[in-house]
Amino acid sequence: MPVDLVNALVLLANFVVVPAIAYGSQIALGALGVTLVYGILRFANFSHGDLMAFGTMVVILATWQLQSRGVSLGLLPTALLALPAGAAATIIVSLAADRTVFRFYRLKRSAPMVMSIASVGVMFVLNGVVRIIIGPDDRSFSDGARYLINAREFRSLTGLEEGLSVRVSQALTVAVAVVAVSALFWFLQRTRAGKAMRAYSDNEDLALLSGVEPDRVVRMTWIIAASLAATAGTLYGLDKSFQPFTYLQLLLPMFAAAIVGGIGQPLGAIAGGFLVAFSEIALTYPYRKFLRYLLPEELHPDGLAQLLSTDYKLSVSFVILVVVLLWRPTGLFRGRIA
Amino acid sequence: MSGRARAAVGFAVVAASLLTVGLGQSWAVSLAVLNLCLISAVMALGVNIQWGYAGLFNVGTMAFAALGGLAAVLVSQPPVPAALAAGGAKLLLATAITCLTLGLVWVACRGLPRGRLRAFGVTAVAVTGYFATRTFFDPAVKAIEAVNPAASGYLGGLGLPIILSWAVGGLFAAGAAYVIGRIALGLRADYFAIATLGISEIVIAVLKNEDWLARGVKNVTGLDRPVPYEIDLQRAAWFQELVRSLNVGTLSALPEAEHAAMLRELVIEAAGIFVKLCYAGLFTLVLLVILLLSERALRSPWGRMMRAIRDNETAAEALGKDVFHRHMQVFVIGSAVVGVAGAMLVTLDGQFTPNSYNPLRFTFLIWVMVIIGGSGNNLGAVLGGFIVWLSWIEAEPLSLWVIEVLTSAMTPDDPVRMHLVEAAAHVRQILMGLILLLVMRFSPRGVVPETVRY
Repeated sequence: MPVDLVNALVLLANFVVVPAIAYGSQIALGALGVTLVYGILRFANFSHGDLMAFGTMVVILATWQLQSRGVSLGLLPTALLALPAGAAATIIVSLAADRTVFRFYRLKRSAPMVMSIASVGVMFVLNGVVRIIIGPDDRSFSDGARYLINAREFRSLTGLEEGLSVRVSQALTVAVAVVAVSALFWFLQRTRAGKAMRAYSDNEDLALLSGVEPDRVVRMTWIIAASLAATAGTLYGLDKSFQPFTYLQLLLPMFAAAIVGGIGQPLGAIAGGFLVAFSEIALTYPYRKFLRYLLPEELHPDGLAQLLSTDYKLSVSFVILVVVLLWRPTGLFRGRIA
Repeated sequence: MSGRARAAVGFAVVAASLLTVGLGQSWAVSLAVLNLCLISAVMALGVNIQWGYAGLFNVGTMAFAALGGLAAVLVSQPPVPAALAAGGAKLLLATAITCLTLGLVWVACRGLPRGRLRAFGVTAVAVTGYFATRTFFDPAVKAIEAVNPAASGYLGGLGLPIILSWAVGGLFAAGAAYVIGRIALGLRADYFAIATLGISEIVIAVLKNEDWLARGVKNVTGLDRPVPYEIDLQRAAWFQELVRSLNVGTLSALPEAEHAAMLRELVIEAAGIFVKLCYAGLFTLVLLVILLLSERALRSPWGRMMRAIRDNETAAEALGKDVFHRHMQVFVIGSAVVGVAGAMLVTLDGQFTPNSYNPLRFTFLIWVMVIIGGSGNNLGAVLGGFIVWLSWIEAEPLSLWVIEVLTSAMTPDDPVRMHLVEAAAHVRQILMGLILLLVMRFSPRGVVPETVRY
């Protein structure tokens, strides 16, 4: 029996835990950007998904350039080298969007909804730009080694029936996410600019009275949100593949993660991201094989033993969102209410 | 300029552009654009009822349009008796169990004391109900989808005239809006927006994957029509006579021997145009009725109350207005209008393709129409629908033309030129975004601003 138990756990790790950790990190990085903009600029930014697509596109173009010149990182994907270029381009675009679009409404103190609608306009423009530059098709840009742990090697090494595979892109996602999040938290907690941002998010008037410069805070917010967006988009693109429209679909899980965690709460966005990712994958995983290892033969399920069809992935994040909003409107980490 | 004059100028510009398209491309294209303009205008009216009257930020328009489309399938397609016999009873049972479960969950929420007992009770009921439903639902779906999967594989519809589905589509959307409203309308404005965005994705996911309902991504094609078929028209004697009498001049200029061939060509062309005109007539009728009703509602005391709630929710509530229920009302009515438009769209297309619903086209574009037209003004929303659809459709040929002119010096296989020609298809997104941003910035009340009434 214990061998079956180990097999079942490896199976679960392979198909649920590892993918969920990678996907959760990507959602969390995106949600961090959403929550910062939401908490500090006070509006739901519908263009965040397409900002991610834009950053990823620049990374892809830079990667192709590097590849054509024979530059590579060996086992790691070349895209890692191109990431700074993508982040820089995304920062420029988002600062330009702020200067030309959002600043006007901020100075006028327009309702948050007006800014959200304006962000729909930015979304349209970015969407068109990405499609014009790189086209609407699937683009693959990952290179380097494919697996960190190969399922076959794992099986022959452990003698188990089930294999565990970890792709390089998955491990890289987690590593990059850890680095980015630690840097962000260090910045928010330790530096003057970070403290100013937190103060501004908590209480705008009080922060202004204490001499916090609003323009600098806003600029800092966009810089951070844009770099996170480019990073998250690239990691997602490396892990799955790049298609411009998928990033619009990532908007919902990211919003769900940000709100579930509590608006303006970076820690909440991360927790929310993993909650969303784990629920999505765990609820749509077919447990047929898993149960076969654990249950006696006469109890084996006939069907896939899947709680929800894979096609209903998106609805999971939504249900979590609604449940949390009804049960605890401020989110898990007590975000801002007004 | 007064609002009315601006609207008149706007419609004149739209009419002139449609004429230009008719003369420059073809009348069939022009009429096809017009038909979609009319449908877009109805959708924009629906969103305007929600946003313009009451300030509801509903980003789930796509779902209501799709539900209207579903109604077109379920009303007009012939029933599939074999599928009904195979899985109908079990499906009914599963539905009953779901309803029973939801009822029990409601009772448990109300009846049990707050705390661990209630949480446990509700969860237990919900989980039991879920598995009980699945026990009957899964085999039912399997049986239904096994019946002639290439052609049907679903329950079919009622086999009624498709025009009835326009009303049914409205009812479907209204029903869905009621359920969604009960869950989401209590939330604050921006959460409501995100919630509706999520719900619309779920509705589309259901339509894509529940093959027993409307064949999912296998699509339902060849839907019934409320207007005659081209092929019947071409054979009808009265229609041939009509075309002949309309084209006496053209025909008499030709030698006798070519008359028959020319007439056949003319009849074929005229049949296509006639069908499109029939659609245009029906759509215009619906648009006018809805526009008239919306105008009446906006000018009534009810409309005044809505504006009061929109402009200052707290003050309206202090005056005793029931904000939640008024929001619910306006959400249901607006969604119903979008549902009608959705059914009309599927009727026009003659097919129901769940894959074609994407938020950019069916939610955000409709929003752009309302904002550009002038939120709070019904005529403005209609005009916005016309302008935006026209630019959305014509952006591609126009930008293609511009690119061809600009790159005429390059060789046809120049990579830069080829890339630009390919890119022309996506200029519309940028154009829409820019129009939206510019209108919001420099004319925030839209092309036809709301008339201030007290």
